[in-house]
Amino acid sequence: MFGSEFLERAERIIGILADSFPKLLRYGVTVTVPMTALSFTLALVIAVAVALVQYANVRGARQLCRFYIWFTRGTPLLVQLYLIFYGLPSLGIRLEAFPAAVIAIGLNEGAYMAESVRGSLESVPKGQLEAGYCVGMNYVQIMWHVVLPQAFRIAFPSLGNSLIGMLKETSLAATITIVEMFREAQIINGRVYESLWLYLEVAVIYLMFCTILSVVQRRMEKRLGTYGGVK
Amino acid sequence: MIEARNVRKSFDGTEILKGVDISVDKGDVVAVLGPSGSGKTTLLRCLNFLERADAGTLTFDGTEYDLPTAKKSEIAAVRRKTAFVFQNYNLFLNKTVLENVTLGLTVARKMPKDEAVERAKAALERVGLGDKLSAYPFTLSGGQQQRAAIARGLAQNPEIIYFDEPTSALDPELIGEVLSVMRDLAAEGMTMIVVTHEMEFARSVSKKVVFMQNGVVVESGPSKEFFENPREERSRRFVNFILSER
Repeated sequence: MFGSEFLERAERIIGILADSFPKLLRYGVTVTVPMTALSFTLALVIAVAVALVQYANVRGARQLCRFYIWFTRGTPLLVQLYLIFYGLPSLGIRLEAFPAAVIAIGLNEGAYMAESVRGSLESVPKGQLEAGYCVGMNYVQIMWHVVLPQAFRIAFPSLGNSLIGMLKETSLAATITIVEMFREAQIINGRVYESLWLYLEVAVIYLMFCTILSVVQRRMEKRLGTYGGVK
Repeated sequence: MIEARNVRKSFDGTEILKGVDISVDKGDVVAVLGPSGSGKTTLLRCLNFLERADAGTLTFDGTEYDLPTAKKSEIAAVRRKTAFVFQNYNLFLNKTVLENVTLGLTVARKMPKDEAVERAKAALERVGLGDKLSAYPFTLSGGQQQRAAIARGLAQNPEIIYFDEPTSALDPELIGEVLSVMRDLAAEGMTMIVVTHEMEFARSVSKKVVFMQNGVVVESGPSKEFFENPREERSRRFVNFILSER
């Protein structure tokens, strides 16, 4: 049914895929995943801080936060990566490629996440604060025990969205000399010239990672519950 | 016990309170009545610093506070002696009924947890919610939520409870259970200021009525007198209107 030529070709591709899969997966687990985790942590810290400054209307700092969000959302991540890795050295700030990527991706996504955290904070009814004051709590206590937990629950799905987005954005780190999963696929492809199959393969691995994240997100959402309310 | 003088408050240039006086003695139940927009709620909120009055003084247990300039510590001192019940209950939505009542005690007053739980349970028993300790607010009816909110206030051991239209957001069939809790509190001698549209409650439970319109107190005095023989023309019209509605 199949010609021997076709079988030979199929055999070659299967051989390449089988050979490259563990290599790609290893770069995924040792570079892509840690880079995502670190960037996300950085982004989350920035997002909560920036959102709180705006929510509490801290003067001066608020303007700074708006500027950060404006600049970061208005410029491409690729440009930001280049600015931090190739641009900053002329100011004497020299970063290794990996931390530069973590900082760029974290700063970038932090701006988007700050907006969703701010939106969530603002969607917590004002009466929650007032009730807190009336039982004697101060602002920080109310934020910690009442407002932030509710805001976090509201922000959770969109934070999960950001996390999944970041996992894929780490592929841009390939452009600043980092060998991560996508760059490794490029390197292997440089030897074997099977672009379609290798890039499909790497796409499938990204898909695997993202699927795991979505499943974990859904489970956690269920566990967090809705305090007895309907979604 | 409480005396507020010359309370003034404007929002965006509109004067909502135009110099209001109100005084409450220990054990008083004072009903604040008046048409919507008369400033009743704003007055109550100013007394607990939920709104900053533009002018006015508050004397609480002999200590005088300047409403516009009171310091954080002074506000805290006033709030320690008061409880506030909101129209929309404002239960902490991420906390169970029991936690709603204990949170202020453990966090703000640093009360040991066991003691707070015990006190909260007692307060919740009092409002008939002893069987709802671990329920979340979302799962309760409006009447249950409002009773839980009253229990939260009671657990603070307040000298006075402010009620801001506590039954206005409730379905008609749920109003009774809340009013009956408030009636019990009044009978036990709790000092209360109640902003309300429930005339029957004002008439039968409150000892004093403060009738407001357009940001001023039109008439204040014993409830019986107010309902049977109002002195002011505007109060008379209000009472007649209410009576004719029933």
